[in-house]
Amino acid sequence: MSDVWEEVERLGRQTDEGAQELRPRSELVVTGGPWPEGEGEGEGETMIINMGPQHPSTHGVLRVMMELDGETVVRAKPVIGYLHTGMEKTAEQLTYVQGSTNVTRMDYASPIANELVFSTAVERLLDVEVPPRAVWARMLLAELSRMASHLLFQASNGMDIGAVSMMLYGWREREETLRVLEMITGLRMNHNFVRPGGIAADLPDGWQRAVLELCEIVERGIDDYDTLLTSNPIWVERTVGVGVITTEQALALGISGPILRSTGFPWDLRKAQPYLAYDQVDFDVIYTENGDCFDRYRIRLGEIAESIKIVRQCVDMMPAGDYRTQDKKVTPPPRARINESMEALIHHFKLFTEGFRVPAGETYVSVESPRGEIGCYLVSDGTGKPVRMHIRGPSFYNLQSMEPMMEGRLVADAVAVISSVDPILGEVDR
Amino acid sequence: MSDPTPAPADDAREDVHEPGAAPAPWDEVAAALVAAFEGAVFHDSHGQPVVYVAPARLAHVATFLRDEQQFTTCLDVTAVDHLLDGERLVVAGVEPERFEVVANFLSHLRNRRIRVIAEVPAADPTVPSLTPIYPGVSYAEREVYDLLGIVFEGHPDLTRILMPDDWSGHPLRKDDAPARVPVTFKGDPGPRVGRVAE
Repeated sequence: MSDVWEEVERLGRQTDEGAQELRPRSELVVTGGPWPEGEGEGEGETMIINMGPQHPSTHGVLRVMMELDGETVVRAKPVIGYLHTGMEKTAEQLTYVQGSTNVTRMDYASPIANELVFSTAVERLLDVEVPPRAVWARMLLAELSRMASHLLFQASNGMDIGAVSMMLYGWREREETLRVLEMITGLRMNHNFVRPGGIAADLPDGWQRAVLELCEIVERGIDDYDTLLTSNPIWVERTVGVGVITTEQALALGISGPILRSTGFPWDLRKAQPYLAYDQVDFDVIYTENGDCFDRYRIRLGEIAESIKIVRQCVDMMPAGDYRTQDKKVTPPPRARINESMEALIHHFKLFTEGFRVPAGETYVSVESPRGEIGCYLVSDGTGKPVRMHIRGPSFYNLQSMEPMMEGRLVADAVAVISSVDPILGEVDR
Repeated sequence: MSDPTPAPADDAREDVHEPGAAPAPWDEVAAALVAAFEGAVFHDSHGQPVVYVAPARLAHVATFLRDEQQFTTCLDVTAVDHLLDGERLVVAGVEPERFEVVANFLSHLRNRRIRVIAEVPAADPTVPSLTPIYPGVSYAEREVYDLLGIVFEGHPDLTRILMPDDWSGHPLRKDDAPARVPVTFKGDPGPRVGRVAE
């Protein structure tokens, strides 16, 4: 561990210098106006091109400005904001009950992680304990969501790199996962199921069978991907040694999740700082040494298998009992009570119109999303709506890894790099 | 707030601390920070160590955390506008200001976190940039500048990141209601009624 620190120390300095190199020249700063005269017009040796925001392999609306020397990328700069919808501002207008509806739309590929981090932050400010069944159900859902997200990655990554049939295979298994999520939460995506105080409803009848069947389907699927891609010479040619990033660079740039783990640094919040009941289940942190596109593909493939392992343990160990806290300040009365009690109806109405009050305070909560550390910084002022709700989106930080990964490589590799970073622009722009 | 002379600052702190009984930092990093930086105040925020420092010291604190406390990563820099707070968290020994700049640090090697908060006055919303120390917060500082109008001195490329480049105003400020900001499409025929000045 200590020589890692020395590396980081050394690297911290190096990266300082690197930051200067990466810094765009002032005439390159995007101002929205016309391009500076002379740049990209044949006069110099390099050319500036824009990739995106409508390019199909930019995962939504990412725009990458690239300075090219022939086919080599000299500099690359991601430009974002095309999907900015002011969700953090919106959160200030919503009660804490409504808040999870908002955050779930940020990282739309793994919505449970967003809901979980927001709900946990609210619970910490309220000092509310969540009953064990809710804890385990959240963990089950978080892992199902991770599987769906990584399957989506396998699909889009395959297509970006040219293995177009992967798009169909990945989508096929992801659809099965979403079907199970729909059975449990009622919605394929944007579930709004993890809420402050617990989960929205109890797990439905027969969920165990559906989840176990899904595990088998996905296991067969990842075996197929492994056969199709891992030793495929074209795939290997296209990804091995492409988009390399080192541990030192990753740490200095605040990068987390599979990208950090691909550099040989086995950091996973589920192990390092366990939340929910991750300390009671058996799973491994997958990490590799090379930090290239191939490793990021392999890590995500391995993490699907680990998630399946956790999901199976959740099925075995799911405790009985309440699925949300019995704190009446937070949890509405059950539906049956509303039919017979006026007070229960009023209570229900007040909770869903005004919400509950949260004591003044601030907190930062983080969980491991499929893309890395997602954090929620929440500030309350004693009213029913937050003063500030900030989401530290892992994709937002991970985007910065594109610059060191792309520079000096061919422009054709840029697509592989963008894909392997797996950014979700909904979370980047919020 | 540059280096104050030791004696008066000590007196001032004593006065503020008298009633509130400053809590002893149970976190070793927080204790080291409080010992190393005059005027730093420890706060236990729901079990998480938080240290309030003067805005001008932010970069020194980050350097200290990186070089002496093995904090490998600055996870996040964000800010809060407390203009319209109903009720505000009271921390003994901290003079509340309108803005708070919040930096979350993580040490992978020691597996611990710490949060550093600087109270930034509305009259001069300027703090030193952490980007030269932790290059990863570059985007975060641009976001805070863009949405809250806090200037990070020493940032290599402090431009808007989420809003359009020709946007006026900072949308996450509490007095910058979105409805009052003119819609800024390119080639917009002119300002709308009720346009607020920058």
